[in-house]
Amino acid sequence: MTSLKSAAAVLLMLPTIVSASGQEQLPPAEPYCQWQVKNYAIEQPLCGYTGSAERGKKIVSDSHAGNCLACHRLPIENIEAFGTIGPSLEGVGSRLSEGFIRLRVVDTRHINPASIMPGFYRDPKLINRPARAYIGRTFLTARQVEDVVAYLVSLK
Amino acid sequence: MKYSIKPAIKTGRKLLCLLPLFFLATTVRAEPVSGYAFITPETRAMQDDDFANPGLLAVDRGLELFQQKDKGSTKSCVSCHGDDGEKLDRKAIAAYPKFNAAGKQISQQIISLQDQINTCRVRNGNTRLATNSHDLVTLETFVRSLARGEKQKVETGKAVASILAKGEKLYKTRYGLIDMSCNHCHNLYTGKMIRGQKISQGQGNGFPVYRLDTGEITSLQQRIQQCMNLLRAEPFPTDSDEIKLLEYYIMSRGNGLPIETPAVRY
Ligand code: HEC
Ligand code: HEC
Repeated sequence: MTSLKSAAAVLLMLPTIVSASGQEQLPPAEPYCQWQVKNYAIEQPLCGYTGSAERGKKIVSDSHAGNCLACHRLPIENIEAFGTIGPSLEGVGSRLSEGFIRLRVVDTRHINPASIMPGFYRDPKLINRPARAYIGRTFLTARQVEDVVAYLVSLK
Repeated sequence: MKYSIKPAIKTGRKLLCLLPLFFLATTVRAEPVSGYAFITPETRAMQDDDFANPGLLAVDRGLELFQQKDKGSTKSCVSCHGDDGEKLDRKAIAAYPKFNAAGKQISQQIISLQDQINTCRVRNGNTRLATNSHDLVTLETFVRSLARGEKQKVETGKAVASILAKGEKLYKTRYGLIDMSCNHCHNLYTGKMIRGQKISQGQGNGFPVYRLDTGEITSLQQRIQQCMNLLRAEPFPTDSDEIKLLEYYIMSRGNGLPIETPAVRY
């Protein structure tokens, strides 16, 4: 059974794209803030929050939060595996504007309707068959989105 | 352990060796490729070794259930199908789920291998087992393993056109907070890494599989529900039209793949 052990060890290092769902205790859902798209950008920060790049860096690599690493390469040390589904986000702050990045994270389908990338702040009413624990919720909170945007903008 | 299935395993292996080649040649309309081509060499070795493959325990246990009868019943599966199921037709097993035109609702038109096992049980005075209950998945594992190496071949003709179209639509619908469709991962981004995990085509030819992640023998329908959980979606309920449509559609995508039950998968 050594093969079983080694295979299990390999797999244990693989965080899933989302947390186990259901069982975990979630904080109460926050009220949803409307946002507006103009010229493929959301210029206004969600709910008027000011993001923190430092917190954003944690959120992008937390497999229970943004888990952007599941699909993107990012300039973060000591990560055993980045996903290869999306493009690398190194230097994204010098390539893309803040408003465009915000729209990408909030609801990428305004840019690419067929995108595999989840909308992290889509209107909860648009989500098809959310698990009971997630009804009325967005993937990230407005504050988390602003933190992530601040972090990406800082990647020059 | 019963070794009547051995020759089948050999042919299965030969076919599997060719699979990576198909994969390299893949363009837009992908050839079906078994999940076997996407797992690690260690997992492959575990699947191939009947003594290391934990799924074989379910095969053994399934054979016991196959030979058992309920109190008051005079017949078990072996009464019709032989002590080790040797009278069962491997090709017929590889053709499940089957289509039954006489069914009124979709859930009656699609007959899964589990449904058929239950029909036999009830006909012979044994209890109906709940779909995807541990015992029924175990029985399914034994029966399906008899067809190891046989090519998966579900009906795809005109009669099932609407079943397939409905299944495909469900496959291409986004679910849950993660807001992705099955098609996104298992068709458009096959072979890519979702963090450390390589995404396969999500084929059904190894099911029921032994899952390393959960340590359990798992039916295809249960795996679909687990992917829906992953999407933070409300999974389609057991015995619903939707879960059966998805199962049928997935099996149709994989026609031609060798049955690998019990495969070992993430
Ligand atoms: C399931 C995969 C997936 C996840 C998870 C994901 N992305 Fe993406 N992302 C993509 C893909 C694929 C693209 C390429 C464009 C497209 O297909 O829509 C993309 C594009 C982008 C872009 C535009 C990059 C460019 O160079 O144009 C940004 C910015 C971005 N993602 C940020 C994020 C952030 C921040 C997160 C996490 C909070 C995240 N993504 C999570 C798949 C993903
Ligand atoms: C976010 C990506 C993603 C989405 C979306 C997704 N899956 Fe999966 N699925 C995976 C991963 C990762 C695995 C495990 C590795 C593998 O076998 O591909 C998996 C495995 C499977 C398997 C097992 C394949 C095998 O050989 O063992 C099946 C069947 C499956 N998925 C069906 C579905 C269905 C049906 C849906 C839609 C309801 C779906 N998946 C949506 C990521 C996804």
